[in-house]
Amino acid sequence: MSETVKKFFYVNRKAPYGTIFAQEALEVVLIGAAFDQDVSLGFLDDGVYQLVKGQDTKDLGVKNFSPTFRALGDYDVTKLFVEKESLDERGLSADDLDEIMYEDEDDDWAEKPSIRIVSRAEMADIMADQDVVLSF
Amino acid sequence: MSTLHTVNKSPFSTQSLLSCLNHAKDGDTILMIEDGVYGAAKGTGLGDALAARGGAVSLCVLASDMEARGLEASRLIDGVTPVDYAGFVEMVVNNDRTQSWL
Repeated sequence: MSETVKKFFYVNRKAPYGTIFAQEALEVVLIGAAFDQDVSLGFLDDGVYQLVKGQDTKDLGVKNFSPTFRALGDYDVTKLFVEKESLDERGLSADDLDEIMYEDEDDDWAEKPSIRIVSRAEMADIMADQDVVLSF
Repeated sequence: MSTLHTVNKSPFSTQSLLSCLNHAKDGDTILMIEDGVYGAAKGTGLGDALAARGGAVSLCVLASDMEARGLEASRLIDGVTPVDYAGFVEMVVNNDRTQSWL
């Protein structure tokens, strides 16, 4: 495997259960995490709905995959960028989102939040700083 | 460092084109393909949003997808450039990354 570490960015713009996009994105992130790349995720537009807390799909008979986001830290995926304007437009705030933490191995395994709220302009800067952008 | 953005949905059914316009950086290229080509027609409610970014961002449309849908070049918003498949490939090569707005 190449030693080169590339910056991979996964763009999430779809709500969780109406289409398969969101769940497939998470599967791809987990696969990609095995390759020791610099991985981060962006949530904008309806993608912010993926992180809303209190999801319960038992009546739908489909998997509630939202808890899986909490496992990403164990795969060194610790940057979940959420766009503030997308939250605002949907009447949501950071308090409405699941708490997703990771343990920082460079800081005595201190628990830190993976979710970082960014502005639309910051999201655009993050996108422009990537080697590979995968959209869902 | 620049990005090629592709938009493949009609702007009248999804927010993809608007979201793309809101995130594209100066010097980037937006290529409208498939049903995305409807966003390149003039006289729609999107003219202002496109014109606002049209100077800083290069706007293109895939000619084959226009033709398939009966969208004639004379109906394109001023400043939108039709490209063929070879032009599409060239854009992918000439940009640092490609981002699909699905």
